[in-house]
Amino acid sequence: MDWTLIFSRAIESGIGSEAVIYALAAIGLNVHFGYTGLLNFGQAAFLAVGGYSIAVTVATFGLPFFLGVAIGIALAVVLALLLGIPTLRLRADYLAIVTIAAAEIVRLVVRAVALEGTFGGTDGLQGFSDSFYAMNPYPDGQYNVGSIIGFDHRTMWVLTVGWILVALSCFVIYLLMKSPWGRVLKAIREDEDAVRSLGKNVFSYKMQSLVLGGVIGALAGFIFALSRSAVQPDLYSTDLTFYAYTVLILGGAARILGPVVGAAIFWALLILISTFLEEAVNAGVINVITVTQVGPIRLMLVGFGLMLLLIFRPQGIFGDKREIALDAR
Amino acid sequence: MHADEAVQPQAIGPRKAQATAVFAELASEPGVPKPDPILVVNNVVRRFGGLTAVNVEHVEIQRGSITALIGPNGAGKTTFFNQLTGFDTADAGEWTFNGRPMKGVSAHKVARQGMVRTFQLTKALSKLTVLENMRLGAQGQRGENFLRALVAGLWRGQEKEITERAEDLLRRFKLDAKSADFAGSLSGGQRKLLEMARALMVEPELVMLDEPMAGVNPALTQSLLGHVKDLREQGMTVLFVEHDMDMVRDISDWVIVMAQGSVIAEGPPDSIMSDPRVVDAYLGAHHDAPLSAEEEEQQLAEAEAALEAEAQGVADPADAARPAPASVAEGTSRKEPGDD
Repeated sequence: MDWTLIFSRAIESGIGSEAVIYALAAIGLNVHFGYTGLLNFGQAAFLAVGGYSIAVTVATFGLPFFLGVAIGIALAVVLALLLGIPTLRLRADYLAIVTIAAAEIVRLVVRAVALEGTFGGTDGLQGFSDSFYAMNPYPDGQYNVGSIIGFDHRTMWVLTVGWILVALSCFVIYLLMKSPWGRVLKAIREDEDAVRSLGKNVFSYKMQSLVLGGVIGALAGFIFALSRSAVQPDLYSTDLTFYAYTVLILGGAARILGPVVGAAIFWALLILISTFLEEAVNAGVINVITVTQVGPIRLMLVGFGLMLLLIFRPQGIFGDKREIALDAR
Repeated sequence: MHADEAVQPQAIGPRKAQATAVFAELASEPGVPKPDPILVVNNVVRRFGGLTAVNVEHVEIQRGSITALIGPNGAGKTTFFNQLTGFDTADAGEWTFNGRPMKGVSAHKVARQGMVRTFQLTKALSKLTVLENMRLGAQGQRGENFLRALVAGLWRGQEKEITERAEDLLRRFKLDAKSADFAGSLSGGQRKLLEMARALMVEPELVMLDEPMAGVNPALTQSLLGHVKDLREQGMTVLFVEHDMDMVRDISDWVIVMAQGSVIAEGPPDSIMSDPRVVDAYLGAHHDAPLSAEEEEQQLAEAEAALEAEAQGVADPADAARPAPASVAEGTSRKEPGDD
């Protein structure tokens, strides 16, 4: 068994593009769910809007890359408004229902046969990331970080941009959440009628929260599309949202760095387990399963780990145990 | 809470005298016009399907007074509160606050205009600290705008002023020792205090308290009463819903009685409970319960006299079979006082 391979792959995933994508998606969810208490189950839709905006703008219409970025952010705002206007005045569970449906609508629209000319159908779109990689300052080659992990020049560029976006998002969230604006959001999470009785326009704040988290979700969509140089509709299914929730709860909701650390640990663990199992099966150490069974089994183990987490540390890694204790009162 | 905290300053101040003088000349009729009303309500109706929860023809709330809103369970008091404060939409009617029409004004705008309410079930924001709860109440905060929130320099000065005001209020409400604790860790009574203090951060003209004493222990009740009286001394108007008649008698200047959605009586707290309309509403129209302690004694004496006359007239054979009252007393006297 190659232990170096197992650990290098795990660490690479912990700082790799998956971690970046899920960190950004979960930072957006953290604004919605962690701070404002909005149960958004359609975060995948915001990622899809981000990814497809770049892809369609560049690959289908041949327009500049940065126009695609601008369109992606603008459409994320529009999607948030469309979701919010009918649902934010209603009870929280309606938002959950509408967002999960909206995410599926977005996915089914972009994979529709009738719109294949624009969105590429089930195959999705490729060939839109050239201008992004043309900006790559890293010369071609393999870059080793430390002794056991390394990335090629393209991945290095994606990760540089990705982690800068993560850092910027965290910084903005940090500034906002220590301000009176963030205080209103957290108060809405606790009891929106009380906030209304204190003269705050709850609807407007919820909408701002939905837009902010949605735009950060669109940033995740950009990195998702660019890191793979492709968009495919079925990558934006509801699993993505639920993984993002897992990441958020693992790291600790309503904590600035919770989603980031959650994403890194989630992916490092997932890859650690699957690489370990694959290596163990290949080396004959474990002979009751085959390599093809490793995928489902790692998900079982992740699910089991999450159950343990929720039982023994429901506040997540960064959470404050005192806050959870309040709910039990 | 310590017992000495219950003693509040200004139990009887100049405003109490003023309010009493105003109300002395008013007729005890539902919808009676007040000399200087802050809130005027006309024909407010709220129906839930076939049930008319609120149907108030006319009512006025005198500025600078403490007005109690009482009534049996289901009288529509809280629903009426919800209509006035924009938390529910009235089906018909109109009302003005300081002369401005308020029908259809949303809840947060009602609060901004100076009409602030609290809730029957206390709404402390559990995972915010006590101080953050207080700060939230301040109006016109620059840092509550998304873009300005990003630049701390734009709101830090104002935040400091707000914090000072919040700390002052917390000291007055004896919550200053708790200011860094989560509001969720407070006791029920402390939450009521916090909710009232938070409402004052809005700097309201009219404070509407929905059952401020529900679930509060007697020691804290005294302290809360003192705070409510204090609001009047500071020039605020108070309208509150309450079931505890002792409290109503103690602090209110005027009492409005609701039953089945309508205002059925108004009057000063000393005499309102003997108003026949109020008695009917609470006990039903065909009651024959005594209205006062003297009457009760008189009725008891009459009943006993009648029984005695009956017993002397017809010797009851069952009497002999019963154990003598003395032996019953002996049997129970061995019990410790706390046994039951």
